[in-house]
Amino acid sequence: MWDHEIRAMASTHAILAASVFMATVLPAVFVPGFSVYGTHLLWLYSVSAAVTVVSVAVFWLLGVTPPTKKHTLGYKLSRLFRSCLYFFLSCLFFHTLVVLYGAPLIESALETFSLAVLLTSLTTLRCLCVLGPNIQAWIRVFSRHGAMSVWDTCLQITVACTVVGAWVGAFPIPLDWDRPWQVWPVSCSLGALFGFLTGLIAAPAWIHYHRKHLTYKCK
Amino acid sequence: MKGSPVLSLLLLCICSLYFVGLYLFMGGFLLVRLEVNRTSTCGDVLQPGQEPVDFCHTRPRFRRAVLIIIDALKIDFAQFDSSNLAPRPYENKLPVVEEITSSRPLHSRLYPFHADPPTTTMQRIKGFTTGSLPTFVDVGNNFASSAILEDNLIHQLGQIGKRVVFMGDDTWESLFPKKFYRCLPFPSFNVKDLHTVDNGILQNLYSTMTGNDWDVLVAHFLGVDHCGHRFGPDHPAMADKLTQMDGVIRSVIDRLQNDTLLVVMGDHGMTDTGDHGGESLKETDAALFLYSPVPLFPGPPSQDEPDIVPQTDLVPSLALLLGIPIPYSSVGQVLLPLFPPHDQAEVAPTGPSQLEALWINAKQVNRFLETYSSMAKDIPPPRLSQLKAEFARLSSEYLATVGAGRSPSPQLTASMQAYLTSVRETCRATWARFNPLKMAAGLVILAFACLMCYVLSELSFVLIRENARRLKAPAVVALAVGVCVAVGQLLTHGYIEVAWCLAAAALSAELLFFWSVYRTRTVHVAKNGSKPPKWTNWLTRRRLLIPPILVAFLRCASLLSDSYVIAEGRVVTFLLLSLVVYTPVHLNWDGLLLPPSYDPLKSAGLLPSPALSPSFVRKESSTLLACVGLLVGSLYLSLSFHGCREEQGYCQPSPFLTPLSRLQDSQMKNLHYALSVVSLGVWTYLLRHCLRHYGNLNSSGGAVFTARWILPLLSTCLGLHWAVSATPEDSFRNLGEMIKLAQLLLPRAAFCLLALGLFLICLDPLTVFIKTRATASARNSSLPLPRYRASTGISPQAELHHLIPQIYQRMRRSLDDNEPSVGSEVDNRPAVEAYGLGTVYSAPLLLFCGLLTLGMLLLHPEGMALSFLLLLLEMGALLHIHASATTLRGLQSTYSGGFNVPWAPIVMWSLAATQFFHATGHLPTFPSIQWSAAFVGFPDGHTGTAVPASLVTLNTFASHILFAVSCPLLLFWPLVCEARGSRGGRAAGDEGEDAVMEMRLRENPQQFSSALLQLSTRYLFILGAQVFASVSAAAILRRHLMVWKVFAPKLIFEALGFVLSSVSVVIGVTLVLRVDVAVARWFKRLIPDSSR
Ligand SMILES: [Zn+2]
Ligand SMILES: [Zn+2]
Repeated sequence: MWDHEIRAMASTHAILAASVFMATVLPAVFVPGFSVYGTHLLWLYSVSAAVTVVSVAVFWLLGVTPPTKKHTLGYKLSRLFRSCLYFFLSCLFFHTLVVLYGAPLIESALETFSLAVLLTSLTTLRCLCVLGPNIQAWIRVFSRHGAMSVWDTCLQITVACTVVGAWVGAFPIPLDWDRPWQVWPVSCSLGALFGFLTGLIAAPAWIHYHRKHLTYKCK
Repeated sequence: MKGSPVLSLLLLCICSLYFVGLYLFMGGFLLVRLEVNRTSTCGDVLQPGQEPVDFCHTRPRFRRAVLIIIDALKIDFAQFDSSNLAPRPYENKLPVVEEITSSRPLHSRLYPFHADPPTTTMQRIKGFTTGSLPTFVDVGNNFASSAILEDNLIHQLGQIGKRVVFMGDDTWESLFPKKFYRCLPFPSFNVKDLHTVDNGILQNLYSTMTGNDWDVLVAHFLGVDHCGHRFGPDHPAMADKLTQMDGVIRSVIDRLQNDTLLVVMGDHGMTDTGDHGGESLKETDAALFLYSPVPLFPGPPSQDEPDIVPQTDLVPSLALLLGIPIPYSSVGQVLLPLFPPHDQAEVAPTGPSQLEALWINAKQVNRFLETYSSMAKDIPPPRLSQLKAEFARLSSEYLATVGAGRSPSPQLTASMQAYLTSVRETCRATWARFNPLKMAAGLVILAFACLMCYVLSELSFVLIRENARRLKAPAVVALAVGVCVAVGQLLTHGYIEVAWCLAAAALSAELLFFWSVYRTRTVHVAKNGSKPPKWTNWLTRRRLLIPPILVAFLRCASLLSDSYVIAEGRVVTFLLLSLVVYTPVHLNWDGLLLPPSYDPLKSAGLLPSPALSPSFVRKESSTLLACVGLLVGSLYLSLSFHGCREEQGYCQPSPFLTPLSRLQDSQMKNLHYALSVVSLGVWTYLLRHCLRHYGNLNSSGGAVFTARWILPLLSTCLGLHWAVSATPEDSFRNLGEMIKLAQLLLPRAAFCLLALGLFLICLDPLTVFIKTRATASARNSSLPLPRYRASTGISPQAELHHLIPQIYQRMRRSLDDNEPSVGSEVDNRPAVEAYGLGTVYSAPLLLFCGLLTLGMLLLHPEGMALSFLLLLLEMGALLHIHASATTLRGLQSTYSGGFNVPWAPIVMWSLAATQFFHATGHLPTFPSIQWSAAFVGFPDGHTGTAVPASLVTLNTFASHILFAVSCPLLLFWPLVCEARGSRGGRAAGDEGEDAVMEMRLRENPQQFSSALLQLSTRYLFILGAQVFASVSAAAILRRHLMVWKVFAPKLIFEALGFVLSSVSVVIGVTLVLRVDVAVARWFKRLIPDSSR
């Protein structure tokens, strides 16, 4: 019954993964001296931008985003404005959280904020796309019986994977191996991205295998 | 309470099992040796009867010596095999050794040089300068610094006026501070740096040698060792390094003069991976190459050459060749081929002959043995007397030979050598060997003890119900086995080794316990047919794979990596923070954080119970979130109180760690003082406020007296003490005497107050104030009789059941309008009001911890008051999070009836203990111990060691002790916070369901004791798992580069922390049981009183 939706989800995720890949490869071709470790922040921004643009476009095209109640331009604009605001607030939230987790407060604030931007574009942006700027709904989605559609379940999985990935990414930092990827925030952003990619694969697969047990309340 | 003796006995048993495991492991891993603090002198008489010869004034064989230490120069590296056509990178790279030994056999020799474990550089340097067998813990009086205080070559050389020039590894500088004529140390810490030390030496070595202001030159090259650690021996870089060393040896030989001896040696070998530290042959066999431009040996290599030279033998040989006394605690024997035989002594240049050298050596060793055995008792007495008798025999024989002028028999030489060898072997067996059997036994016992804790925590209810019948057998058998082993040892060996008796007892107890658990399980299964009882599935995956356990596991795993141990403070904070953030996320996942939104269609028939009122849930959730915020904030702030390890080069220790008296800037000083005093005040206020809030400050018992008077007095004392100790010595010259007196008296007064307070709490822990309404009933005789009388005669239990809630209800109500309104309510309420009954258990515990904290704060630097305030806030936040989470969970699921404390708060509690160990400026390293704690109240020092040791221990493990003692609060707090709920929404409709808070525990004594048992065993399980991880780290990584620097100190701190924590857990539980006894007595007194 959900074959159609799962297929749509899988192709969306394929496009997203491809965009991450392109965001890594294309600048390497065009920008001299570009590398994931060396110009890490540049890479981070390129990935964030790619994921942002592609998710917004794809979810808008697919029509996953809940339909607006009013169709006036002013309402749409205010919605857009609120989304942008939430995006920015979420960056600040992640920044604070990362600092609380032990990132240096002043020294590498730019790096920390870049990581926050990446995390936001991998998690919050998706919430914005799927649920709209509605924090109540966001909180509701992350409960056991909170998912109301396949996309909600998918959202749960990808967000959890991304956050856990970033968390695990912090583990190698104290080790004394002196590798380039142990520099702040390389391992965390890589962890978050790997978590995200895992989530992209895991979500359709999990839904596919559990489709018999999944029941949703009316949307 | 039912089963309370069982409870305390059980906890004691578990603790002793852990202790036995730790004791065994430590006995096998940490070898302890006493340092003999005496030095040899030139006046050591050679032979009795003759005129005293000043040994140092005879002309020595060599005037100068060059000592080249190539770190980790394995014997394989130095040997040359011309038939090997395809050498590995480390083979045949030192051809100079072979060239010289074959071309000038009288001048040089290459020996395998056997190092004693632990084969770490620092221990080895100690070994080949003192001639002794250093262990990890050499108990001397220099625990804080690493300088060698034992007699050693460098000291003796300095005594006689030789100019010792040192260059190379900076370890030497810390071992021999100010002992060198000239010292050129280079940093040795960075293992990845292959060249700094070596190049530094090479820039200075040759110029120094050609110059004339040196007598002994020590050069310690580190490149080979670092190359091994970084690349392993089988790597081209090793070939380069060894070739470089070959060049060095050649150049040094070219510059040698005739009066100079050259010694090239490795301090230890390396394994195939390039590491060292252990006792395998590859690690212990280094190379020793001796050379001199004049003939050094009486003949070419012959049959009676030693196959292998123990490292200790270098010391007496060098000493006698250079004409200095052999260091006092050396146990080496002279290298005989270096000395002329007796008949050639006249031909040979100078210095003692073989027999003389042996005699001097034997006398020195015997003298050391006598001194050592009078200090320490670790050498087995039969062996000792045997050695002494042997020396007496040799001595008389030698004196007779010399006195008669006979030429000595070869047997005498041989038996002297045998004597020296046997002394060294005896010492080595005592000091320098890991005992793998003991280590393994310790590990097994610890692992089983952990498992036992887990099983007990799962079975607590069954055990308490059965009154622990099942546990008597293991205890009895354990005793029996222990005694049997002791008797067996006595019969076979003649003496008892306590460690093995304890091990046998502990192991048998544990195994029997598991067997009896297993058996009862099968019996239960058989009885109930196919349906196993509920607790049989306690090892299912789902119950173990929960995030709190995962976090605890990560914490244990982090103890296995040196980087994580170095960064432990941050690691623990990270994990604790993760778990704290996880709590609301998990609640939300279960849909419990937000008030459920009711679907009007669905729940039309069902009326939501009043407990689920959205406003109440919202209130609980916001409390929870606020506490999470508070906790996260205080965690973040607490990071700024950390100290720094020497490995963390970039780190700056917290400014709050410097005592006020050392601050120069007076404005800064005032600011710090004000901050500390304010936080102390806030701290005291918060504690008192909490007690007053729950009505525990009304009665007139001992505990209340403590809370009312001793607590504020203690903090005043503390504030004054800080002020006094911060005043600079010279500022108030006329008040100097008084300041001195105050520095002595204030802390002592505080100690006395603390002791008095703790004693009063234990003596009279009840904080309940009873107000009988006798006056009211006198005024209004129509008042109905108290309701509980109705149940008199049925059973006291039933009486209690009715009495308590009503008492408590009254109490709350009177508290609410802040004055007990006598007679204002004319209803059928009982005529007794009891203030503070709801927190009767937690109040004394809280007070106890509060006093203890103040006492420990006294031992810390003043700035730590802020950190202790954070500790209080964090404890409170943790308790409230736990309470709110429990309430939220309890609201929407059926009440389970037990008081189980889930894993998450317990893991958080244990993590917080470690976290505050770091946040009070402590680190698991010896240099970071805050020794100044020993002088609080004793500014002029101590006479004994017990008082300063306990003060320093209390200072170091303050947070472990506090968190462990207050552990039962985790059980009480959800009940204490129940009151909030009752006022909020729950009890609004139904008066019958009163908030009874901790009286709920009294109503279910069985569940109370089982919950207490479960809580303490769970806490002990988490602590035990940590200590087990630390022990395993030390066992597995015993040849790691960092073992003596990181893992062994960590193990000692972890073990000590565990011992103190477990004892504190027992103290906390005992206090709760004491309160329970007092409460029972109180009820007994109350009921006959009122019913009459
Ligand atoms: Zn070494
Ligand atoms: Zn080494």
